[in-house]
Amino acid sequence: MASEVAATTTTGPRDDRLMVQAEGVHKRFGRLEVLKGVDLKVRPGEVTVLLGPSGSGKSTFLRCINHLEKINAGRLWVDGELVGYRQHGDRLYELKESEVARKRAEIGMVFQRFNLFPHMTALGNVTEAPIQVRRTPRDKARKRALELLDRVGLAAKADVYPAQLSGGQQQRVAIARALAMDPKLMLFDEPTSALDPELVGEVLEVMKQLARDGMTMVVVTHEMGFAREVGDQLAFMDEGVIVERGRPKEVFANPRHERTRAFLGKIL
Amino acid sequence: MTETRTVEPRVAPEDIKAVPVRHPGRWVAIVVIAVLTAMFVHMLVTNEAFQWRFMFDNMFRPPVIEGVRTSLLLTVLSMVIGVALGIVIAVMRLSPNPILTGVAWVYTWFFRAVPRIVLLVLFGNLGILYARYEFGLPFDRQLGNLFGIDLDARLFGLDARTIVTGFVAGLLGLALSEAAYMAEIVRAGIRSVDPGQQEAAQACGMARGTTLRRIVLPQAMRVIIPPTGNETIAMLKDTALVAFVPVTNELFFQLQAIGARTFQIFPMLVAACLWYLAMTSVLMVGQYFLERYFSRGFGTTGRQPRVRGLPATGGGGGGA
Repeated sequence: MASEVAATTTTGPRDDRLMVQAEGVHKRFGRLEVLKGVDLKVRPGEVTVLLGPSGSGKSTFLRCINHLEKINAGRLWVDGELVGYRQHGDRLYELKESEVARKRAEIGMVFQRFNLFPHMTALGNVTEAPIQVRRTPRDKARKRALELLDRVGLAAKADVYPAQLSGGQQQRVAIARALAMDPKLMLFDEPTSALDPELVGEVLEVMKQLARDGMTMVVVTHEMGFAREVGDQLAFMDEGVIVERGRPKEVFANPRHERTRAFLGKIL
Repeated sequence: MTETRTVEPRVAPEDIKAVPVRHPGRWVAIVVIAVLTAMFVHMLVTNEAFQWRFMFDNMFRPPVIEGVRTSLLLTVLSMVIGVALGIVIAVMRLSPNPILTGVAWVYTWFFRAVPRIVLLVLFGNLGILYARYEFGLPFDRQLGNLFGIDLDARLFGLDARTIVTGFVAGLLGLALSEAAYMAEIVRAGIRSVDPGQQEAAQACGMARGTTLRRIVLPQAMRVIIPPTGNETIAMLKDTALVAFVPVTNELFFQLQAIGARTFQIFPMLVAACLWYLAMTSVLMVGQYFLERYFSRGFGTTGRQPRVRGLPATGGGGGGA
């Protein structure tokens, strides 16, 4: 695999000012090619919305950014550093598991199905990673977690287990959990898709606030209102490539690619 | 059509009064069971062979109490070792390293295939294999011969009789075979945890070990505990097998010995039943509390709602 990656070194120069830079990212599962050369640039403080039909590779790309999937070809940098590899001269070296874990710690991720730890209270969910990974003292982690829970409007639910929270509340705890590691980048994988319609708003509100506070975010979502309001960049994916990219308002008003047009025609 | 009557306050309607369904079958069953119970009690009281006075006089004698202690100690120790080793083997079995997976598979295969009683007799006779067990550099003498020097790199050695006492042999036999069963139980438990949990933990930057220890295993425990309770109770009863090692200060051997010496076989067998019943009941209480602890956060186990008199559907009852 490594040799194949090395073969495409010449795609483009790395830009240190970007938070995420993808150049021709390929990902295969067995013989199924899910990503067929994704190019994307995300500047710090920017909100990028990934849009596209299911199976187009949006979630897979998001997982690649967070090292949850290993890319097969192309290059992917987060904050100026290669994802999954270290480069010495022309050679790429695979990162050790502990190094990958350290890099993941700097990227927050929010999942469609929340994936809160059910055996821990909301507070426990938020303090777990800082205590276990960063070795933050317990009382300090607790104080910070309470601040974060307050920020997502759930200070009163600190001692409650996830099973006793609504979907929207669970997702807000999940956002607080990701924020507890002070990430430089937040990834959202369809954060409102598993929610009842009346609970979507509260989660989007937290995300909007986060965007206003200057967090760099890559969001896979079908919430057009959110994309229009806070999105700086919209990337439309189809069959493993980004076919169109631009400011959300412009893309919505005037989609240039026919597949974007067809997709937006169905959901708007 | 819309109605506007609903604005006036409503009086709650009267509860329905209806003739309940009759259950004649239940009454028949109660009568049958009552008669059978009466017959059983009558037999216990009137049959001379039970020798109740003799039984109670003998079932608390010092050697028997010593036997209870040995059996309980063997149960606890072999379960502790068995569970710990079982977790290690289960984790090995699920690891991406094919060698570890293979070793774990072979272990499980061997210790599940060999009957416990055979294993115990085998461990009891380990002294035949080597009279002394020494620890040091592996193959030191063979290596020494190869290079023509007199190499002897042994750190310390122990007499087989001092390390493999009857008790240790029995403990080893029970614990090693238990580990094989526990490995399968733990593996099932780990696989029952939603893969999203591991992903979420990884996304937080947790390494594989931390994820396993803090996130996956605590959730797997909910699935692991009930069959482990089963295993513990089975283990308590299997301690009777160590008589074949031979370890003679265990409970059943002691009770049987009294029976054989006094020709009062049956009362001592009943005493054995009572002892095992009592000890099992204690273990079951322990299991209840363990299960309750590890199901915290899972409101749907139906245990806490029943305690609090709430309907069993109350998912919100989870241990806050």
